[in-house]
Amino acid sequence: MPDGALKVYGVELGSRLLLGSALYPSPDSLSGAVKNSGTEVVTLSLRRETSGDGAASTFWEHIKSLNVRLLPNTAGCRTAKEAITTALMAREVFSTNWIKVEVIANDDTLQPDLFGLVEAVRELSDQGFQVFPYTTEDLGAAERLLSAGAEVLMPWGAPIGTGRGLMNPYALMTMRNYFPEVPLVVDAGIGKPSHAAAAMEMGYDAILLNTAVARAGNPPLMAGAFAKAIEAGRAAHEALIIEERDMASPSTPQAGTPFFDLENL
Amino acid sequence: MTQQTINIIGAGIFGLWQAYTLSRAGFKLRIYERSKTPFTSSASWLAGAMLAPYCETEPSQPELLPLSLEALELWRDGPLDVSFNGTLVIAPPRDKVELMGFQKRTEGHDWLKHDAVSAMEPDLEGRFEDALFYKEEAHVAPRPAMQRLLDESIAMGAELILGHEGEDYAAADHTIDTRGIGAANGLSELRPVRGEMAVIRSSEIHLSRPVRLLHPRVPCYIVPWPDQYFMVGATVVESDDEGPVLLRSGLELLGAAFSVHPAFGQAQIIELSAGLRPSLPNNIPRILLQDDRIYVNGAYRHGFLLAPLLAARVYDYINTGAIDERLLHASGD
Repeated sequence: MPDGALKVYGVELGSRLLLGSALYPSPDSLSGAVKNSGTEVVTLSLRRETSGDGAASTFWEHIKSLNVRLLPNTAGCRTAKEAITTALMAREVFSTNWIKVEVIANDDTLQPDLFGLVEAVRELSDQGFQVFPYTTEDLGAAERLLSAGAEVLMPWGAPIGTGRGLMNPYALMTMRNYFPEVPLVVDAGIGKPSHAAAAMEMGYDAILLNTAVARAGNPPLMAGAFAKAIEAGRAAHEALIIEERDMASPSTPQAGTPFFDLENL
Repeated sequence: MTQQTINIIGAGIFGLWQAYTLSRAGFKLRIYERSKTPFTSSASWLAGAMLAPYCETEPSQPELLPLSLEALELWRDGPLDVSFNGTLVIAPPRDKVELMGFQKRTEGHDWLKHDAVSAMEPDLEGRFEDALFYKEEAHVAPRPAMQRLLDESIAMGAELILGHEGEDYAAADHTIDTRGIGAANGLSELRPVRGEMAVIRSSEIHLSRPVRLLHPRVPCYIVPWPDQYFMVGATVVESDDEGPVLLRSGLELLGAAFSVHPAFGQAQIIELSAGLRPSLPNNIPRILLQDDRIYVNGAYRHGFLLAPLLAARVYDYINTGAIDERLLHASGD
């Protein structure tokens, strides 16, 4: 079994899968996915689900009833200011200091606006939030985010909802090696369990995903598949993966084996 | 045997199909409706009324298909003017992958290439290279349909009580509560799902069937209504807010219509409305037996499609005491 639990902001998490709560066919399907994945953290969007004056949502009550830690996000925010306002509302509604900070630069790629992100992270950290910034693999931005108060970084695998997996494994590997002590979560772009396993094999600490499960033909089944892949990837990382080599290297000694096995010709 | 009396609470599509079904079977009916004029406060009033068994299984509700196909036959046999012209599902060229996904996850379709798309809807000529066509699907003009079901029921002797407040009803052999969100006090698992829609009018474009536009963020559909009206719908937001349509939602819906054909830019905006869909945890409409009442609720996005089937099964239950288990809601279901 893999050792050590993941620890973020002083909280130990047994499951290394963080699951988004949007886009499911029904609340039952979401519950099934949460249960099957064993996830302990569910993200939810305040902004998208709030209409007008922020009416209380029965759906939120449903998510609260799942007995998981909530990670509200600022999905859909285009400026630092919007993200900060949303975070403040989320703290009030969900009684948590945790916030996934998302500041979106561009509607086509939904890529993070790193400048706005750093600004929002600094302000929110100052106000006592424990921030989970959705960022890219950019190391300069990562350092700014850490010095602005983030203790966790969440680089993308690919643009949100694309399901393309790890588009820049080299950059993700570099980021992992550059920040060996910082909890790193691959957030966004994961399409299938093998993508998640690959990130975990690299040494990423956890995976945050939503569309890949919610839009699957059978979300609870897919959630379970991801949980297994993530556990496998983590175990593989801890077990130390062998080096790749150019030439074949037989796994059984060849000395003494006959040239032909005449019996079976 | 003396004639049985039945109270129906709520005159949305569930209540109206129920009234029609039971009137025809010879029951004495009272229909209680909260609003002072028929339909005005009903979620059904904002429905698109696509009768689309195959498309409705997306996202991932395969268990709906057999129920929906049965319901569609009841629509065919009913008194209403149903158009069996199918459904056309399209996607912008750069979102073709959405179309491929939709194809993979649904049944009952043919893949059409450009000429075939134009042949189907000449006004869309040259705009979409690919489309999925669901030839068995249908649509109905929802507001005239509601009126017709009410008129037919009244003609057969049903009594309509408008502006009814509170929980006092005349004595009856059975009470069928079809109120949707209005019944939420009695049904703890019910939740509202906000929907926003637009009605536009254009004389420049003619469509013979509902057109669904797939888009990763803003899927929408355009349903042709009589007299050059089109219904554009609908957002699906997990919110209890009943307030007016948000600017962003309005932009998204109208922008989607505009992207289907720029001539919609000249259409008049007749209406922008928001309402709450009554929904159960699995988003499938169900019959609930509770507190000496027969509840029919949880229409979600499937109210029109499944209404005649639910009405028929409630009738069976009243008649025989046997219930179609597929439609019966059990708590924690």
